[in-house]
Amino acid sequence: MAEVTLTNVSKSFGDTRALDNITMTVPDGAFVVLLGPTGAGKTTMLRLISGLEHPDAGDILIDGQSVVRDTPAQRDVAMVFQQYSLYPHLTVRENLAFPLRSPVLRTPKDEIRRKIDEVAEVLSISHKLDNKATELSGGEMQRVSIGRALVRDPRIFLMDEPLSSLDAKLRADLRVELKRIQASLGATILYVTHDQIEAMTMATHVGVLDSGTLIQFGPPREIYERPVSQYAAQRLGLPRINLLPANLFPGAPPGAVTIGLRPEQLIQGEGQESTVVRVEHLGDQSRLHLKLKDHAITTLTDVHTLLKPGDSVAIAPSSPLYFDAGGTRIE
Amino acid sequence: MSGYSITDPTRRQKWIAGTLVVLYALITIMPLLWIFMTGFKSPVDAIAYPPKVTFQPTLEGYVNLFTTRTRVAPEQLAALPPPETWYEAIVRNRNMVIAGPSRYGQRFLNSVIIGFGSTFLSVFLGTLAAYAFSRFRVPLKDDLLFFILSTRMMPPIAVAIPIFLMFRTLGLSDTHLGMILLYTAVNISLAVWLLKGFIDEIPREYEEAALIDGYTRFQAFYKVVLPQAATGIASTAIFCLVFAWNEYAFAVLLTSGNAQTAPPFIPTIIGVGGQDWPAVAAGATIFLLPVMIFTILLRKHLLRGITFGAVRK
Repeated sequence: MAEVTLTNVSKSFGDTRALDNITMTVPDGAFVVLLGPTGAGKTTMLRLISGLEHPDAGDILIDGQSVVRDTPAQRDVAMVFQQYSLYPHLTVRENLAFPLRSPVLRTPKDEIRRKIDEVAEVLSISHKLDNKATELSGGEMQRVSIGRALVRDPRIFLMDEPLSSLDAKLRADLRVELKRIQASLGATILYVTHDQIEAMTMATHVGVLDSGTLIQFGPPREIYERPVSQYAAQRLGLPRINLLPANLFPGAPPGAVTIGLRPEQLIQGEGQESTVVRVEHLGDQSRLHLKLKDHAITTLTDVHTLLKPGDSVAIAPSSPLYFDAGGTRIE
Repeated sequence: MSGYSITDPTRRQKWIAGTLVVLYALITIMPLLWIFMTGFKSPVDAIAYPPKVTFQPTLEGYVNLFTTRTRVAPEQLAALPPPETWYEAIVRNRNMVIAGPSRYGQRFLNSVIIGFGSTFLSVFLGTLAAYAFSRFRVPLKDDLLFFILSTRMMPPIAVAIPIFLMFRTLGLSDTHLGMILLYTAVNISLAVWLLKGFIDEIPREYEEAALIDGYTRFQAFYKVVLPQAATGIASTAIFCLVFAWNEYAFAVLLTSGNAQTAPPFIPTIIGVGGQDWPAVAAGATIFLLPVMIFTILLRKHLLRGITFGAVRK
């Protein structure tokens, strides 16, 4: 369990700048979720911390010690890959034992057995321990892959979209499980995902990345409520934040070009009349697609709504977010 | 038949395909069968015309292969004590006595040493080189790979004279080491290219996972890459062995008394005076065995697909 600090870290692949002058401190025991579209540098950041890549510039510290000169083995980090990489010539048990048998750990036999059984129990793969890694389903492989990180007691866990290949039920279960493990071990985790539910439910901190730069770093609630920019605002929240011209509604502060409205920032029943385009009943919520002066707006409404396409709904903003021409939020 | 699919071959197509395969197998196996049978024929049966399909099998060819014999007069033969072994009896029937062992055994051993030695060296060096080409940023990688391939763009025998002169200068002529190095040099390009293809297909994630799991680069190579490259290593080894084992021209040119391999030796068995085809055929039959056994042993590795499916593409 450890604190990770990146100071002015940059990394390029050829002409592509994967990470640009990143400075970030991950506190001990934090669950950091890195958000951003493909190519934002999320995976590169994990690979730099793990030691699979070397930064072009800057320093990486684990527990205050620079590790840029250390090999991945010396850094004592565990990583779960997006493409689950089980050793196909080994059984599940041997796969889980692999890190424990490494020259750095050299765990005694009975200890290996105990840890494997424990982790297999948590990930419900006990009945598959003697299968070949290739005889598992995708979900099972990914659980073994996570298990291979959990059997160790590393200083940091790095997870690159570990749940993205799983079905919804398993993903929900493992999300809770991972959070529980993190809390009980007090583990420091850096976690890459596209899934905002994962980000909101598991993260103690969220890092928003955009083409190699760290846009914002803080608790998920803060990023949701006080995003620094349009880009950061779009990363969290479902349905996504509605970005509309600021002059559509009265009351925009000077300099505001765009108004950002999350569903809870739209009051229904007062203000300007809009037309219902479509209603989506999702069971636990109903999504309302509206049209206001040719601008599409998506919001939530009552589960048992009787609205139908063509109906008219009055909407008004309530403490919305405003952004200037550059996309920066105006307080 | 419960259903029918356009991708499944019809009964008629299967029948035609089966017939073609059997025909092809018969044609290819015929010379081998001929050699195998000739090895058990008597010299007279071996050259009979039309060729004999049924005959009285004899081990005379095999006895002649492993022995040298001298002709003796019938009265001298009668004066000898009765033959102690079955093979001596066979030889005496031809009015001859065994003078000593032939050089076939030793030539065969040379083939084993040189063939397997060069195969091991080719595969060993080839695997390391292929891994480096596959995984590391090697300066001028493409040019180097092309250069390695270019060594096979002409028949190796085209450089026979420079190699002959080099070997003479370096004292490698007629040595096991010289032949091992020569066959390795010829095979290494094949080994590098074949193995690079196989190693390229092994995802890097495996090694990266092993590096993070606490292993060094070499341990990751040894514990993770090597087992998965087994298929490629096995098939490469078979290709290398088949070349080194069967090579004739360089063996004639560069070896004689000490390191001569079986291929240039077998034709010399035909002997002076009579043409001993059964002995030649026996020599060829035994010569075939090691490659056959080696291939059968590694056969299961030749079936691809063991490692497929553990990485999501």
